[in-house]
Amino acid sequence: MTTPTKLKPVDAVVVGSGVVGSIICMELANAGLKVLCLERGRSAETQKDFVMPYVQDELKFDRHSDIFQNLSRETITFRNNMSETALPMRELGSFKPGEIVGGTALHWGCNARRQLPYDFDIRSRLEGRFGKKYFPEDCTSQDWGVTYEDVEPYYDQFEYIYGVGGVSGNLEGKILPGGNPHEGARSRDYPNPPTKRTPQGELFAKACEQLGYHPFQGPAAAMTRDYMNLYKNFLGECARGGFCSSHACSQGAKANPLTAVIPALMKQPTFEMRPLCNVIKILKDSTGKKATGVVYVDARGRQFEQPAEMVVLATYCFNNTRLLLLSGIGQPYDPVSNTGVVGRNYSYQTGGRVEGFFDDKEFNPFIGGGMVNTSIDDLNGDVLHSQPRDFVGSAYIAVSTAGATPIKSKPVPHGTPRWGGAWKKAVAQNYRRAFSLGIHGSCMSYRGHYLDLDPTYKDSNGLPLLRMTFDWHQNEQKMLHFMNEKVSEIAKAMKPSSYHARAPYTKYSIVPYQSTHNMGGAAMGADPKTSVVNKYMQSWDVPNVFVVGGSAFPQNGAQGPTETIGMLACWAADGIKEVYLKKPGQPMV
Amino acid sequence: MGDSTEGRVYGYLTHGEVRFLDAATERLIPTDELGPGAKAAGVSVYIDRHLQSEWGTHGRQYRSGPWQEGTPQQGYQSRLTPQEMYRAAIRETDLHCTAKYGKNFDALTGEQQDEVLTAMEHDKLDLPSVSSRVFFDLLWRNTEEGFFADPIYGGNQGNVGWKLVGFPGVSSSNYRELLGNKDVYRAEPVSILDIKNGKVPVDGQGFPKHIPIKPV
Repeated sequence: MTTPTKLKPVDAVVVGSGVVGSIICMELANAGLKVLCLERGRSAETQKDFVMPYVQDELKFDRHSDIFQNLSRETITFRNNMSETALPMRELGSFKPGEIVGGTALHWGCNARRQLPYDFDIRSRLEGRFGKKYFPEDCTSQDWGVTYEDVEPYYDQFEYIYGVGGVSGNLEGKILPGGNPHEGARSRDYPNPPTKRTPQGELFAKACEQLGYHPFQGPAAAMTRDYMNLYKNFLGECARGGFCSSHACSQGAKANPLTAVIPALMKQPTFEMRPLCNVIKILKDSTGKKATGVVYVDARGRQFEQPAEMVVLATYCFNNTRLLLLSGIGQPYDPVSNTGVVGRNYSYQTGGRVEGFFDDKEFNPFIGGGMVNTSIDDLNGDVLHSQPRDFVGSAYIAVSTAGATPIKSKPVPHGTPRWGGAWKKAVAQNYRRAFSLGIHGSCMSYRGHYLDLDPTYKDSNGLPLLRMTFDWHQNEQKMLHFMNEKVSEIAKAMKPSSYHARAPYTKYSIVPYQSTHNMGGAAMGADPKTSVVNKYMQSWDVPNVFVVGGSAFPQNGAQGPTETIGMLACWAADGIKEVYLKKPGQPMV
Repeated sequence: MGDSTEGRVYGYLTHGEVRFLDAATERLIPTDELGPGAKAAGVSVYIDRHLQSEWGTHGRQYRSGPWQEGTPQQGYQSRLTPQEMYRAAIRETDLHCTAKYGKNFDALTGEQQDEVLTAMEHDKLDLPSVSSRVFFDLLWRNTEEGFFADPIYGGNQGNVGWKLVGFPGVSSSNYRELLGNKDVYRAEPVSILDIKNGKVPVDGQGFPKHIPIKPV
């Protein structure tokens, strides 16, 4: 390997330009720092790259889009448990990390829910209520090291950057009608009004009310009106044309880094974006306690050393973890001895659904997108765990109208053959007559579910791939069985001609799409023995390195991670500006 | 160069492969009283073009060894690219059909074809180069794609897949107003291909004008 060319130093190198990187860059550049963002993907502009009618192409965006990670250069390896040999994920399936300026958030579904106060201290809260044995013996789920009250202002900040539309259920402790009464107290109302309720949502809401639940329009980050955001970027009202989740938006209506942050960021005089530059290592000085910069490979294959006073890792969960492992920062996790931290606390999102079919009703399932949904949180958090259950965790339930595209969205009644004439008839009959009650469940972390470096497979730079070891745990399966029963009651109350709950997966498979909600590997927390970063997202081992993003989740709550990831970006940026920069290089805790 | 069959031109697939795929996909999505099946929709044209795309040679997939079959949960692990897999699997299935029935797959009766496809689906057909289940899953996935993807990719010709289910294709600009509406919205499907061919006009923002379908 050639010696990298050494470049002029900057104050901060931010690795990745997604939902986290873009906000951190903006906040640090605003504070006057010389900030460089290194992004492995290409650059993109909404008006040039994502235009009508080409964005309304399900085939491309369901699987083959160049906004997703190009696995020919780098992928992960996967196995269900430690006794198997991990093999490379050769094509995308279960999840779709991004590789572009703007990152994975370019194709997010706009679900903008805050976590519940319960989520941040789930371990101490539930153990306090039900005793130490409430969690499965091998469960590594833990408190976040911050409380909901600590981070509430940063949820608020993120919502005013991403233009979230919703209806408050708990404003400064006051429970308001029409909102989610179980949410944590918010200091201010949403910046935008809620989405309209669809006919499917109306049926669901009525059934929920009959059963004593509290339906509300779930918060969404596709604009419900024209909106000028906190950074003075303009976002237009969503056209509800579908082709939303996993697609890029042609309308500039989906809040994401390209629409909500980067236009203003590019005007910052002390900021520079370098696309197609892949960071492969964080460099440390001879003490090992201070990062001196990063090494990256550019599009021509040239290596550069970029010196910096501080390094912020702001990439997808996998890459944050992998860069720490490749750079020797933090002790790698060993599941056998249960020691070390980097790669620990990997988790995912538990999904389920109950599908129903009307013979006598038709909907317009292709109209929607932008996370139009009617939800309940009555089977989530403290409401569910006010009494002991035989599982830990919970779910929110929603009827979403994401814009049903016909390659993947063709629900058919139970017992329909997989192909042939009977399948075709069932598809034709039910595409417009179906509804789906989504179960969006939490996923705890466990001792045997983790990320480390693969011993065999390498990326195109010759560096080891990240290895994922993961399967569905009995705890999540019990939770899903419980939810299937409860949600089937709601489906029944909607009075369809038939309905069925999808059987929970017994083994995790990397093949069918489930969610791009891979979490953990560099958990935040209060104890360096069980976390990689402290509550400010600062490395316990190398204080001028910050690791921000989905990697920080000690486990995954039910709510969907993006809003919390965005909040963490605002929280970490504020900590850097208000605490760290006053004593740079020093541990903040 | 590929084949030209019944007025359609193929870039990768040979004549025999086209006959196999026309026959197999038509069993998966048959022509019936509801409308055309996979053959008329051009699913084999779609598969041919898809095999010539970046995907067909696994241009964006991880391609380094060592190679192991792995568990079903570990996904696609064949050394063969989709191009190579179609070629090998079609040849080997035809050899099986010739040995068992004395004819190639496309010359079998519908019942015999279903028998072969069902055996493949459940990995009961032992092909030398590829798991028959892996090939069936690939064929079924590509058949669904070819029947329901935008016609710019060669399948779903005449938007027949979308007409079958009542999907209007590229959205019109009035969806926002219709979102909360209980009325059933029916429109002639519009594809990207229709717009690019100038068959359907678009407004200043690129949304097509839909032509409503009256309820029967």
